[in-house]
Parts: sequence; structure tokens; C-alpha cells
Amino acid sequence: MSKTLHCDIVSAEKSIFSGEVEMIVATGVLGDLGIVPGHAPLLTQLMPGPVKITLEGGEEEFFYVSGGFLEVQPRITTLLADTAERAEDLDEAAAAKAIEDAKQAIADKQADFDYGAAAARIAEATAQLRALRQHRR
Amino acid sequence: MAVGKEIRTQISSIKNTQKITSAMEMVAASKMRKAQDRMELGKPYSQRIRAVIGHIAHATPEYKHVFFETRELKRVGYIVVSTDRGLCGGLNTNLFKATMNAMRANKTAGVEVDVCAIGAKSMNFFKNFGGNVLASVRDMGEAPEAADLIGVVKVMLDKFENGELDQVNVVSNEFVNTMTQKATVQQLLPLEPSDEDLGQNWDYLYEPAAQELLDGLLDRYIESQVYQAVVENNACEQAARMIAMKNATDNAGDLIDNLQLVYNKARQAAITQELSEIVGGASAV
Repeated sequence: MSKTLHCDIVSAEKSIFSGEVEMIVATGVLGDLGIVPGHAPLLTQLMPGPVKITLEGGEEEFFYVSGGFLEVQPRITTLLADTAERAEDLDEAAAAKAIEDAKQAIADKQADFDYGAAAARIAEATAQLRALRQHRR
Repeated sequence: MAVGKEIRTQISSIKNTQKITSAMEMVAASKMRKAQDRMELGKPYSQRIRAVIGHIAHATPEYKHVFFETRELKRVGYIVVSTDRGLCGGLNTNLFKATMNAMRANKTAGVEVDVCAIGAKSMNFFKNFGGNVLASVRDMGEAPEAADLIGVVKVMLDKFENGELDQVNVVSNEFVNTMTQKATVQQLLPLEPSDEDLGQNWDYLYEPAAQELLDGLLDRYIESQVYQAVVENNACEQAARMIAMKNATDNAGDLIDNLQLVYNKARQAAITQELSEIVGGASAV
């Protein structure tokens, strides 16, 4: 059994990562998933959240995805993200502000207020902050 | 001197045409670069999702989505992606030729054909030709959005789900390089397994339930494939227009050269004639 599996991370706009990895940790709709070589075939939807990949030799990289799908085959894993970014490219201040704005909007709601959209914005921004924090650690 | 007045006007009118075609060439060249970037950016996603769908078709699932069902062909749908504007060489003509060939093959096999037209040119073509157009969309501009396409594609998908269509194909131009665009007919539905050997009798673990997950994923897949076809066709359009306009500019240059030669000859002949008349007149005196 080889020690690595091939991993592709693509978003609708670009290809973010492609290469051999030892482990992938992503946020599925039912909870965090850790994928190592030889995993059973799996298909899952992803929540906004951080994605951690461990490269050969133990080096780690962090990404943020805003949702999408993850397909696992024993030797290849494909992550189809709606949008994806490297954690170091995220803007912490902007994410914090997005949370504040959305909370503000929920507090003084207007007639045409869309609670779902605001909640989704908070979830995304929180996930971005989580990705950043993991990356810093 | 009234010699070659017609030729002079002809030359200046061709020069004006040449200015227009060379301007169009340059505009198309700059638009092509942008369209090509857009196409390249979307490619990884559409290729990966196609690979994933190919894997899923190999699985032996508890829930078989209707999009994987292969049925006897009775009615086939074509999504024909053309340009909105003309002056792009044989791009649309070749596309329609490929479409007609595919349709003719269907007709001889006794299979009915329906059309979904994307782009003004294919709308007009099927209006004149008399195809059964179920849905159409036009004027999506240079940066088409997936949202514009969802409506028309949904019509075809619904028909497939209800069993009114047994196959859906996308006809569009493939961008080989700037000089070459190839009209291709690509089967969209039913979804076919990839060529890889993944073994038999296995299934995915699904999170959440298979039905919910596959519905979402397949919708995303169809959207991305049709969107990619439209974006790629856009890049083809600009490339084809650039080449067509370059040829037109070159041809106009050749025409001007030839006319200039004819004009000069006529002018010289007139001068020679006048001179010999003067000389003849002088010697007569």
C-alpha cells in the first residue's frame, strides 16, 4: 500500500492544488473527515470550512473552501469547491467585518430581510477565520 | 484629368472597408485573449467533475439517478451552442453541418429530434430550417453567466427525466488553437462510465443521503459542462473572427494593389496618348 494518494482541489475559477498527499482533513456536512490512502470510496457534500492537507514528509497546507463536493477513491481524491482559497490569502479583517455586518443586519432586520443569506454569510466568514487560525498555529 | 475616376473611387472604398476589417481584427484579438483566459480557468473544474461523474457511473448504487439510465432511443435532444453575431468565417456553418449530420443519422434510424438553441445564429438557423426548438437563449455577451443558461438547460433535463427525451447532446465548437476550431457533438445525458477499470460491485459511502447528494452534484455537473461549452465557443468565435478579418484585410490589400496597377497603367497610357497628339499636331503645323 503506497503511503500517499493523489489529491486535486479545484474551484469553479481555477485549480488550487494538485499533487501527492498523505492526509486530507475537510469539513463535511456531517462533520470533519480525515482521508488517508486506501479510504473506502466516499462522496460527500462540504460545508464552508478549512481544508488541511499533509504533504509527503509531514509539511501541512491550509485552504478554505466555501462548500462543494468531495469524492474519494482509494488512490485519488477530488475536491470540487464552489470557491477555494489558500489560507494565507484570506483577509482576516474582512472576514471579521463580514460577521459584524451580518450580525448587525440580523439585529435590526428590515422587511425584506433574508435570514438564510445572512446566516450563510456568518458561517462562511467564521469558517474563513477558522482556516486562518489553523494556518497560524 | 478625368482618367480612371471610377478606379480611384473603387480604391478609396476598398481602403475604407480595409480599415474596418483591420479594426475588427484587432478588437477580436484582444477579446480572444480574455475569452481564452475564461475558458482555461473553467477547464480544471469541468474536467475533474466529469471524471468524478465517470467514477460514479461505475458504482453499483442503492439509488440510481435517472440521468444514468440508458434507454432505447426514440427522441434525441440537441443543445446547439452558436455565436450571436456573424462575420466569423465558417464557424457557425461548420457547426450546423455537424449538427445536421448527427440529426440525419438519427432520422434514418427513425429517431425524432428536438433542439435547444443557444445563440442568435442557431435560433435563426432552426427557424429557417424548421427544427423543433424547445428553448432558446441569446445575447449573453462576452462574459456569459451560468445563471443565464440554467433555464434553457432545465427544459432539456426535465424532458429527459420525464422520459420525453432519451438522449441529450451538446453541439459546440472545440478550441484546438487560434487557427483551428472543431465542431463537436458531445453526449451529455445519459451519463456514461469512464474508461478506467474500477472493479465491480462497490458503492460510495454517501454523506448526506445518496439522493440528496447526487441531485446536487449532477445539477452542478450539467451546469458546468454547458457553461464550459458556451465559454469555449465564445473563445472560438473571437479566434475565428480574428482570422476571418485578417484574411479580409489581406484580400483588400491585394485588391488595392491590383487596382492601383490598373489605374497607373491607364494614367500612363493617357499621358502617352496626349503627348503623341501634341507631337503629331506640332509636326503637322
